[in-house]
Amino acid sequence: MNSHRHPVGGTIDREHPITFRFDGKAYSAFDGDTLASALLANGVRIVGRSFKYHRPRGIFGMGVEEPSSMVQLRSGPRSEPNVRATEVEVFDGLEAFSQHCWPSVNLDFGAVINFASPIFPSGFYYKTFMWPASKWMFYEHFIRKAAGLGKSATERDPDTYSKFYQHCDVLIVGAGPTGLSAALSAGQAGAKVVLVEETGQTGGRLNFDDEAVDGKPAQEWVYDTTQKLNLMSNVEVLCRTTAFGFYDQNLLGALERIADHRREPYGREDRQRLRMIRAKQVVVATGAIERSIPFSGNDKPGVMLASAARGYARRFAVRCGKKAVVFTNNDSAYATVSALKSVGVMVEAVIDCRLASPGEDALRHLGNTPLKQGFAISGVRGMRRVKSVEVSRFQDNGEVMGSPETLTCDLVCVSGGWTPTIHLFSHAQGKLMFDEEIGAFVPGEQLGSIEVAGSANGSMSLGACLQQGSDAGSKRSMDSGHKSELQTKIPQVDDSPVTPMQLLWQVPKTRRNSAKRFVDIQNDVTVEDIELAFAEGYVSVEHLKRYTTLGMGTDQGRTSNINGLANLARLRRSDIPSVGHTTFRPPYTPVSMGALAGGEFGTHLSPLRRTPLHEWHESNRAQMLNSGVWKRPFFYIKTGEQVRDAIIRETRQVREKVGIVDVSTLGKIEVQGRDAAEFLERVYINRWKSLPIGRCRYGLMLREDGFVFDDGTTTRVAENEYYMTTTTANAGPVLEHLEFYAQTVWPELHVHLTSVSDQWAGMALAGPDSRNVLGVLIGETEASNENLPYMGFLATRIDGVAVRIFRVSFSGELGYEIHIPSKFAQKVWQAVLEAGREWDIAPYGMEAMTVMRIEKGHVVSAELDGRTTATDLGFERMMKKDVDFVGKRLAERDALVSVGRKQLVGVVSLSGRPIPKGAQIVADREARPPATTTGHVTSSCYSPLMDKEIGLALIVDGRQIYGKELYAASPLTGRTVPVEVTHHIFVDPEGERTRG
Amino acid sequence: MLLIPCPYCGDRAQTEFTYRGDATVERPVAEDSAEKWYDYVYTRDNPRGEHTEWWHHTSGCRRWFKIRRNTWTHEILGSESAISDQLKG
Repeated sequence: MNSHRHPVGGTIDREHPITFRFDGKAYSAFDGDTLASALLANGVRIVGRSFKYHRPRGIFGMGVEEPSSMVQLRSGPRSEPNVRATEVEVFDGLEAFSQHCWPSVNLDFGAVINFASPIFPSGFYYKTFMWPASKWMFYEHFIRKAAGLGKSATERDPDTYSKFYQHCDVLIVGAGPTGLSAALSAGQAGAKVVLVEETGQTGGRLNFDDEAVDGKPAQEWVYDTTQKLNLMSNVEVLCRTTAFGFYDQNLLGALERIADHRREPYGREDRQRLRMIRAKQVVVATGAIERSIPFSGNDKPGVMLASAARGYARRFAVRCGKKAVVFTNNDSAYATVSALKSVGVMVEAVIDCRLASPGEDALRHLGNTPLKQGFAISGVRGMRRVKSVEVSRFQDNGEVMGSPETLTCDLVCVSGGWTPTIHLFSHAQGKLMFDEEIGAFVPGEQLGSIEVAGSANGSMSLGACLQQGSDAGSKRSMDSGHKSELQTKIPQVDDSPVTPMQLLWQVPKTRRNSAKRFVDIQNDVTVEDIELAFAEGYVSVEHLKRYTTLGMGTDQGRTSNINGLANLARLRRSDIPSVGHTTFRPPYTPVSMGALAGGEFGTHLSPLRRTPLHEWHESNRAQMLNSGVWKRPFFYIKTGEQVRDAIIRETRQVREKVGIVDVSTLGKIEVQGRDAAEFLERVYINRWKSLPIGRCRYGLMLREDGFVFDDGTTTRVAENEYYMTTTTANAGPVLEHLEFYAQTVWPELHVHLTSVSDQWAGMALAGPDSRNVLGVLIGETEASNENLPYMGFLATRIDGVAVRIFRVSFSGELGYEIHIPSKFAQKVWQAVLEAGREWDIAPYGMEAMTVMRIEKGHVVSAELDGRTTATDLGFERMMKKDVDFVGKRLAERDALVSVGRKQLVGVVSLSGRPIPKGAQIVADREARPPATTTGHVTSSCYSPLMDKEIGLALIVDGRQIYGKELYAASPLTGRTVPVEVTHHIFVDPEGERTRG
Repeated sequence: MLLIPCPYCGDRAQTEFTYRGDATVERPVAEDSAEKWYDYVYTRDNPRGEHTEWWHHTSGCRRWFKIRRNTWTHEILGSESAISDQLKG
């Protein structure tokens, strides 16, 4: 049995005792406890230390509003910092640790800051450490160490997370009386309803308020209603799910905590799930949060919200103290008196700042407890926890007078009124207005498909909540197209009139008691800090917030914001509406990075693509390379070979004999229709109408700004049918580009574009013996130079598979590209290897292909970097002069055709050392950055053919300086290599090998 | 994340689409002045309010179409196929 738990009462499961540890010490609790209620039940009062002054802090609230009792939950890789003890459902074996204190929460060395606090006013860090600027880095190290709360885990998160997209007619946020009532009427109307509730159970305040619904305890109504909703197939009730943000067009982000209330997830269950819910209509029934009153010493452990003390008593049968004093400016706190008494807490007195008598219901709760009307608590005694309070007479002008009276107590229950939770409405750009009656901001308008109802709308009575919820439910289901046949019956409640609250934003200090008056107890912002900020000119709420940190931190000032604004308004001698409020931004409560990432991490961050020949490569000793999203063979290594040997062997294989390489990653687009030729004329810089059927042509595309976009070969397969290839990386962008022109710029052209990249696999057969190999496959006559000349095309069969053969070459050797329907790729690949056995055919990888294309001076994305023109790359003669094409007009502008542009050239190392990739071209060997450079190296490799280190480079007016000696300098690697500028085609510039 | 009304497929999540920009600019003809071409390629208004823009249903029907959208409120006022003259509300 817990020392501070009443023997009976509460909704905890006394049949299931559990054990947990806090700061290493074992405690007992019951199933159904939160960590906060369990700690209180065990008499643990100091749970954490405040952010700035390291003051001892206890449990202040009982839910999401909690500013002080933050703990480090769990240990090891699942350890999580800054978790509110009030929101943690206790499970057997739970481990929690106090944070932001050393060596322990009860003896914290950092607390010396508290004694020195007069020299730590707001803006202290800004003022003290701003000079000299060069020392900031030094100061920062220590400031960072002193600041901060918990620590994040450094090990890999062992849990999994997922994302879930969902649609519904009516989304209801909050399952208190309003939300339940709304869900019931919307559900009965037949709408598809999702009801999300951030805590582990439905009912909201009805779980701890002693109220009656239809003459029965409210908890029974909650139970019955939840049962009804659970039985409706069109209603989904999601507990432990927080709607944290409202995004465009009624998209709500909700975090579902599937397994956080257990030691760890079951089996392969996700720990949390991010639900993105698109709702036709939204009912915001998020309720209201009680706020504190700033008075001297109001942060001491033992001071807590009246609603929290009430909740701990009713729901958990926990005594938060032995002897209590209730301090309020409104009727709601009176219910705390009867709740406390029900678990055996003595209530010394209720201090009400109002002179008017409270309402009938409040008096019923008060019973025979002494009531001091027109009084306020002006001070709290006790070092580490409340020992007594000072009560002074409170005047209409907001001053206290007379000699204070001392009341002994160890618990102060405070209520400064209720603040509606309007975050989601604000995220949706809803305008707020200040409601004088409740002293808080409420929705100032209703937005089209979002309705705020119940306490969140400023209507605090239970009857109003049930009514508004029901109305919102039926209206919103009707707006989403569902009309209710039957009138939902609103349950009867007994709401007696309440006496209006009195706005109370601070109790002045007295001569005897001048301890700090905290507005924000998480960030240690006091009334005096606000006064100082105001005196220094921070008169805007946004500036005040940033200067004092008011309302920042993990609780985002849920219990303190309004008090801060009101005090600023008091200083500015204006009203609260004209002071305004800070902006509410998502998320409402923290969302784990894991949930945001879902399954998209590691190898699942982006899709991985494998060619149809992937398995063959893997089982034939290919070293695979990540190339964009693709896995491609880098080289195929033989026993005893070094990487370099393998690459050299593969290039020699192609230059001297025959090899094959997988080129399936190329983009392939079918261009069809009677205007296909005209379309190609307009998107390529060169001519297409003249291309005969059965021939291929190299094509270059520009962007409309005149720079090169992409290149590839396109083949005229039939009269009105062309087969285009693109570079691997641009397969998607080129199709999108072509579709834009076909659909929007020239919709009159009859042209149809289809991506066939995945339908066709491709392989390049290259080398002097390639024709012989092809002859074995399709017959010598078919493969002859006459039948299949350079840039020719043939549709034929290999082993019964219909293939497309193009006589094109990337390597610079005699070569063919064979395109095969993907699912027969491996069959044909093996047939080619079989046919080539006589000529020692071997596969080659990306690296050998790259070496050969550099030797041949072919450009790839390194050269087509979006900054090069056709002229820069030596393609100027391809450009049509007479007809318009995409990019023509801007390619002709002065800046793109003038001298002084970088041009594509070759570079050969003069020292025999490799040319660093990305090196800058400089004229002076000793040049150090920043230096004038005249170009850069785009690609480089060792050329086995020439036995030299070579590269391609873009150099200013490079074509005019062939033979010149320059330097390729790489500050990154610290290497400078002398190079000679040459033509960019190193091998067979006349193309005799490919044409032969 | 916006909900984009594709004129061919209906409402779909924004992640299925690619945005291109102002749909009111028209590609000049070859004979037009350099200024006109420069404006077409580079000059765009950045209105706060209604904006007619190109969207592409990349992971869907692969059609380009126009959307009238309020850049301030993110409200989508209508969508229309590429070749229609009028935007339907």
